Amino acid sequence: MTAHRWVAAAVLAGAVLASGCRLDSRDDYLGDKAPKQFDLGHTATPAEIAAVDIDVLPNGAGLPAGSGTPEQGAAVFAASCASCHGANGQGMPPAYPQLIGGPKGSNVDFATDYKIPRTIGNYWPYATTLYGYIRRAMPLAAPGSLTADQIYAVTAYLLQREGIIPANTVLDAKALTAIQMPARSRFVPDDRRGSVGGKNVR
Amino acid sequence: MNEKPISRRTLLAGAAAAAGGAVLTNLPLGAQQKAGAVAAAASPAAPTPVAGARTLGAPTTAVGTRSPFVHIERTPTGEVTGWSYTPLQDLTGTLTPSDLHFTRVHAGVPAIDPDKHTLLLHGLVDRPLELTLADLKRYPSVTRTHFIECSGNGRSAFRAPTPDMTPQLIDGLTANSEWTGVAVQTLLNEIGVQKDAKWFLAEGGDACLLARSIPLSKGRDDAMIVYAQNGEPLRPEQGFPMRLLVPGFEGNMNVKWLRRLKFGAEPFMTRWETSKYTDPLLGGTIRQFSFEMDAKSIITSPAAPQRLAGPGWWPVTGIAWSGRGRIQRVDISTDGGKSWLEAELLSPLTPKVHVRFQYMWQWNGDDSLLMSRAVDDTGYVQPTMTQLKAARGPGTDYHFNSVRGWRVARNGAVTFEAAT
Repeated sequence: MTAHRWVAAAVLAGAVLASGCRLDSRDDYLGDKAPKQFDLGHTATPAEIAAVDIDVLPNGAGLPAGSGTPEQGAAVFAASCASCHGANGQGMPPAYPQLIGGPKGSNVDFATDYKIPRTIGNYWPYATTLYGYIRRAMPLAAPGSLTADQIYAVTAYLLQREGIIPANTVLDAKALTAIQMPARSRFVPDDRRGSVGGKNVR
Repeated sequence: MNEKPISRRTLLAGAAAAAGGAVLTNLPLGAQQKAGAVAAAASPAAPTPVAGARTLGAPTTAVGTRSPFVHIERTPTGEVTGWSYTPLQDLTGTLTPSDLHFTRVHAGVPAIDPDKHTLLLHGLVDRPLELTLADLKRYPSVTRTHFIECSGNGRSAFRAPTPDMTPQLIDGLTANSEWTGVAVQTLLNEIGVQKDAKWFLAEGGDACLLARSIPLSKGRDDAMIVYAQNGEPLRPEQGFPMRLLVPGFEGNMNVKWLRRLKFGAEPFMTRWETSKYTDPLLGGTIRQFSFEMDAKSIITSPAAPQRLAGPGWWPVTGIAWSGRGRIQRVDISTDGGKSWLEAELLSPLTPKVHVRFQYMWQWNGDDSLLMSRAVDDTGYVQPTMTQLKAARGPGTDYHFNSVRGWRVARNGAVTFEAAT
């Protein structure tokens, strides 16, 4: 290969790389020499962050102080949840899912029938997610209206109804984090990779 | 009761209408006189109209509308925890009109004042940053065309197909737009992401604060924070004033009304990535973090409720897309999958977009079964319904990308055929 062909090949390879889907606008930035940082916006203060930092992780990070019992939660459920999810958490699918009372046991094979109810006790891998979701999103018409104690209580109620915690549990951050959910071992990472070696993974 | 103030223009138009020459006031005087003569010629008292005479058209307006003869709409409407589907059978080319882009809402569409909205980036970063929309627009922008598809798209057609299902009701939870915004990588440079960070939580500003965990690698690859769609600011239903765009990933992750990105070492395990948006597999396992939307296609014409007028040449056309990259090929069958022929691809083959395909078909008038089959640049071939059910089970819940069929009867009626 002659020298100019090498150059042409290199230019072509560069063009192919540049037209890939990776997005770093700095690479093809045209204008004054690109700065290390544009220094826009403002540095967020701890108070600004704390005001919106509401997520809850499986290790318990983000769970607030407070506690509640299943008995207290039954009252919260009746007042704030039952109108959509039913007095017994049976739901009004598809908009308002069934929460509790699904079939239990490792032999339940959800993929055989979409009508098998997927509930907290058989399909939720982390108990902390329950707290986090209620805190974010429930009740539908007034999310954010429940106190930390009320959320612990209604979480305790649902877990107790699913047979995951005893009725005398006082659920707080530590107790919630310690719960092992029955569905946890079902979850596997995505193994699809498009076509690998000419074989589809679906 | 509010009374709208009456503008000078309205008064002038009213006066002109009263004088028998409606809305002519913006025309030069000479033209008004000529147009007035035409209007007069059309009045009841006038003699026989001049053959070929034309009526003056409507005046300019602030915002365009569709022809009154065109009725294309999303459906259903009125949902606050549900969907509204794009009318795929009524669209051509590849770009979805913004007002017909499908909508999926979990707690309604929030009305957000952009002056009161900020995006907070924090967690495992050196400099937590708060940005306004105005700040965001000062970074170098990028403009890319990508589809967004809800990972539940095709669920009704999978579970309870009926022959009268239209492309809209089968697969109307996908849409394709030109998006403008800032590369997430640009913001990563600003905040100094720490080495332990592997994921970030994207949180919306809707009533339910919808939140999804996104791999940091996607942020470094092609994710964007977008503020414009098809040349205009995002519409409220699409996330105004800003949304996350993760090209090729399931629609739910393209978090609308984006207000916060939190960087962390582990996924956050929100409800939308555990009890929902996961795929039960045969044998009892549940596949999690199935982000990419695999290759798929659907013929949008001929399709229900169309009726072919008779034998002869018909274009078989539709859209194909893959969340893993480029569409490499689309095959068409007119005999229910016994034989396949390659369709023409009509639009640029950029990654993670809707591509329009076309196959000119000479219908001989016999019963026919049309199908399309997309192949992406990984070599992945869109599976049949039989293959998809064998791989994932009849109770699977997302990623319904099987081959779709359309039966053409001898009378020209076209009906949906889910069993492929």
